[in-house]
Amino acid sequence: MPTEPYLVGREKVREFARAVFATSPLNYDVDAAIAAGHADVVAPPTFPIVIQERTLAQLLAEPDAGIDFTRVVHGDQRFTYTRPIVAGDELTATLTIASVKSLGGHSMVTAVSDIVDSTGAHVVTATSTLVVRGDE
Amino acid sequence: MPQLAQLAQLAQLDVGDVVATAEYHLTRDSLVRYAGASGDFNPIHYRDDVAVSVGLPGVLAHGMLTMGLAVQCVVAWAGDPARVIDYQVRFTRPVLVDAETGADISVSAKLGALDAETNTARIDLTVTFGEATVLGKAQIRIALSELLS
Repeated sequence: MPTEPYLVGREKVREFARAVFATSPLNYDVDAAIAAGHADVVAPPTFPIVIQERTLAQLLAEPDAGIDFTRVVHGDQRFTYTRPIVAGDELTATLTIASVKSLGGHSMVTAVSDIVDSTGAHVVTATSTLVVRGDE
Repeated sequence: MPQLAQLAQLAQLDVGDVVATAEYHLTRDSLVRYAGASGDFNPIHYRDDVAVSVGLPGVLAHGMLTMGLAVQCVVAWAGDPARVIDYQVRFTRPVLVDAETGADISVSAKLGALDAETNTARIDLTVTFGEATVLGKAQIRIALSELLS
């Protein structure tokens, strides 16, 4: 089930950029972004986590998944882009569980979130591996 | 187009050469700022008592904050955040952020490979806190052209 559409706001892009110590003017300055060929300010490379988080919240809220949030550790993260995210994009994410593996009492869940724009075109895929710690 | 001039320098680069380095000083303020910007309000990133209660030595930086800042020196080198077409990391060690002294993170970015067929460069990051690396297999793929088309 896709998430509700997420409208990428210009000030949100700037706020996120400041939080990750970004210095590129293309994250902040509309004129600089347009001069570089973009429609509006460009989101930093890890910005899709904001949208992916909504799919992971769906997963953790799923009672059938049986995942205890306090035992979840972030193992790996990857973003694979078709095009950059810019302010004004309206994005939705769809979660797929690519794999679940057991490893010495722990479970490793690989969650793939495909993020598309309002036309349905692919923008970025965010892949997280979550390690769910077993009883110690 | 200064960014294109910078990329032209690739011609003079060898695989293994360092293309960018950076130092970041994180404080608890940085963590609160990132929590608000990202929406990740897990209290282990701002409350010592909660961190200790789940067996951690103290408040940790969000892994995604470390991932997010580590790429920035490469963005500056490439000239446009849109040139980052793939970015992956493994979180191998936590970054403990002391309430008074914070935490210092060092980033070194090397040219890992050049792929003429896809016209991309692979940049390998080494990210350290104290004496230890905190990210494993940290790789960025940079598009070397076509962004202005």
